[in-house]
Amino acid sequence: MSTSCHDNFSRRDFLKVVSLAGAGFALGFFLQSHDKAHLFAEPSPSETFEPNAWLRIEPDGSVIVTLGKVEMGQGVHTALPMILAEELDADWKKVRAEQGDAHEKYGRMSTGGSASVRTNWEVLRKAGAAARQMLISAAAAAWGVSEKECRTEQGFVIHTSGKRMSYGELAPLAAKLTPPQNPTLKDPKDFKLIGKPTLRLDSPEKVTGRAIFGIDVKVPNMLVAVVERCPVFGGKVKSVDDKAARKMPGVKHILQIKSGVAVVADGYWHAMQARAALNIKWDEGSFARQSSAQLRKTREALAQGKGAVAKSVGDAYGTIAKAKKALTNVVYEVPYLAHAPMEPPAAVASVSAERCEIWASTQVPDRVQTLAAEITGLPKDKVIVHTTFLGGGFGRKLYPDYIVEALEISKAIQAPVKVIWSREDDIQHDLYRPATYNVFSAALNEQGEIEAWVHKIVGDALNASHPKDKVEGAAVEGAQNLPYRIPNLHVEWVMHNPGVPTGAWRSVGSSQNAFVTESFIDELAYLAGKDPFEFRRNLLENKRLKAALELAAEKAGWGKPLPAGVYRGIACHESFRSYVAEVAEVSVDKKTGEVKVHRVVVAIDCGLVVNPLSAAAQMEGGVIDGLSCVFKRAITIKNGRVEQSNFGDYDALRIHETPKIEVYFVPSTDAPTGTGEPGLPPALPAVCNAIFAATGKRIRKLPVSPEDLKA
Amino acid sequence: MKSFTLNINRQTYTLTLDPDMPLLWVLRDVLGMTGTKFGCGKGYCGACTVLIDGEAAKSCSRPVSIVAGKAITTIEGLSPDGSHILQQAWILEDVSQCGYCQPGQIMTAAALLNEKPNPTDQDIDEAMSSVLCRCGTYPRIRAAIHRAVKLQDRGGLK
Repeated sequence: MSTSCHDNFSRRDFLKVVSLAGAGFALGFFLQSHDKAHLFAEPSPSETFEPNAWLRIEPDGSVIVTLGKVEMGQGVHTALPMILAEELDADWKKVRAEQGDAHEKYGRMSTGGSASVRTNWEVLRKAGAAARQMLISAAAAAWGVSEKECRTEQGFVIHTSGKRMSYGELAPLAAKLTPPQNPTLKDPKDFKLIGKPTLRLDSPEKVTGRAIFGIDVKVPNMLVAVVERCPVFGGKVKSVDDKAARKMPGVKHILQIKSGVAVVADGYWHAMQARAALNIKWDEGSFARQSSAQLRKTREALAQGKGAVAKSVGDAYGTIAKAKKALTNVVYEVPYLAHAPMEPPAAVASVSAERCEIWASTQVPDRVQTLAAEITGLPKDKVIVHTTFLGGGFGRKLYPDYIVEALEISKAIQAPVKVIWSREDDIQHDLYRPATYNVFSAALNEQGEIEAWVHKIVGDALNASHPKDKVEGAAVEGAQNLPYRIPNLHVEWVMHNPGVPTGAWRSVGSSQNAFVTESFIDELAYLAGKDPFEFRRNLLENKRLKAALELAAEKAGWGKPLPAGVYRGIACHESFRSYVAEVAEVSVDKKTGEVKVHRVVVAIDCGLVVNPLSAAAQMEGGVIDGLSCVFKRAITIKNGRVEQSNFGDYDALRIHETPKIEVYFVPSTDAPTGTGEPGLPPALPAVCNAIFAATGKRIRKLPVSPEDLKA
Repeated sequence: MKSFTLNINRQTYTLTLDPDMPLLWVLRDVLGMTGTKFGCGKGYCGACTVLIDGEAAKSCSRPVSIVAGKAITTIEGLSPDGSHILQQAWILEDVSQCGYCQPGQIMTAAALLNEKPNPTDQDIDEAMSSVLCRCGTYPRIRAAIHRAVKLQDRGGLK
């Protein structure tokens, strides 16, 4: 889609948008001054209209939407206010988003699973509609007219006579009323704001450096800590010699915490200098003997044994054994991946005997509050959790280990402390996307359709204490629920938890399962001698995914001639209730094996699209993240240690490697689903299938090495 | 520890510092100017990019001793009110996602426009490949730089 839809934006509008950044100024100042009363000079309750947890209308007409869900780039601090503002009939220029502190009134705050819009859709519509009804009631009472003679538009209640009052003027009156329980919602065909490409509310702060991330927070008397952790997973401190480190400039404390040895100083640089001067002896434990090669051998051996059955229909093994046309024991492998958000883990904790305050870049503010109450022994209402902007999440910030470190240190030294992870800390002590080893077999019937399918997955569980006789849902996500008509199917998962910490990574199980299943589907299309698009379309049982596939193929010009040397690949995948198909165009330099991705066409059905501008951005980002998986990333282990350490050896796609990306939406009136993750999974197989079309070489192991593609 | 005079955003600061301390941490921890971001500390990601005498420089890898006396511009000093053509273009193209790398992107783009007021796609790719974005905002960065050029041709939105 075109993103250049704002050419009529005037300088006046621009300055209005920029002035919204004032909120960022306030936050920054507040963090330094702690002078909450002064900065959030809240009008007395009788002047402010605050009908529910999400909405505040101030006498000056400002509409402030307070959110439980966190903003990590996915755009929910624009999309969610749009939903409420639509039902409120607010003037969008007066709408501001604000992050709520941890509180049960927001429901589940944990932000992930592409779920924010889907799970807040109804509640925010109702919140806006209820407030609108109250504003009408207030105006009707003030005018002494019937509510039925009043309507709302752009932040005003308007009477049939032409009389009008702004929401700001009505706020003190509406504040006295009781919210209706079942407000009437708009007919979606009357939506004005929902569905309209809308610029992000947080851009002005983000382009001026005023946006405050966890790593930027500064509170009075705050110290900065870094932690040295055992380079081997599961290792422990044996002894610490910190004599030299204690003499280093700026060092205030050195202490042992659960995760390692913390160095607390007057700033990050001094803390890091002193950390380098520590002399720690580690008890590295048994994982020190592990290596990627060894882990692979173990997975290979485990693939011969039994696992937990995720799904078994018909007689898949028997059908394959008797089949005339089959592919058997085809192995696909994907590596461990680190999240590596641009903002490394960072958090501030201030623990005292009476109170605990946390400022953090976290996807789980509610969980942090519960954890902090446990660690400090304080009741939950004495634990205040402020969530900042997140400099990327991708699943990493679902895990509050760095916040726990800040809490432990602050509690011990009784001073506010900011924990910062270096990039090396981040890449070597992450919770990794599981590595998997997949064995496929499949058979075709005489019509060239899939008659039987066996997929055995060996890989780490996300939960280290998961029982091995039960399937972990995430591990088979997108693999057990194939969208195709396959009469005999067997999907099995063999758990392999060697001791590498694992965690949810953007699109979770689909991040690996879309690649392996959609690549193998492509192999079967070629085995059947059919066009990969037609092969899929014929077998797709899922109508929404089929429509997305057809739209992607149409927009990409599937079947039409391409410039010499350019080839197409296609893939489709459902994840997080969204249906996405992608067509990639690539060329491969036969001499060097270098792949150039020229263009990726994305078609998505995510239900009704709340903000097409940010939904398209998520698709673009998902494709680029997927391409990074194809070409760039692998975490490998040697002597129990992660071999990669920084963006030098664990890079992501760069601008010059980025293809043209086009995004199309399947028209839909269904309730909205999500966009943060679903764009990623099909990108990997679409590109790898195009590489096969170009070279005849099937990519069965990621990342792709140019060596493998040389002619 | 040594005394240094730094010229940051047209203001002069005299500070006593460890000569090896990178400019990034002087900005962030000593001066409280947090618009310049820490991403890798080794010059790989460019999140910490500032202008030094008009050229893009990774502040994580520049010890304070070598930048003293030079004209340093950070995202906070790019424009007085956030209305530099690049900042306008970034908003209008809806570039930011998480936003963390964007100060580095914008400062790198500012250096590019200083050198090439009307860059081609290839010029953009060459200059901007030094700044990593994990959200994948690259297509919009390209569009925003082209838009900034158009705004400049029109004398900005003044």
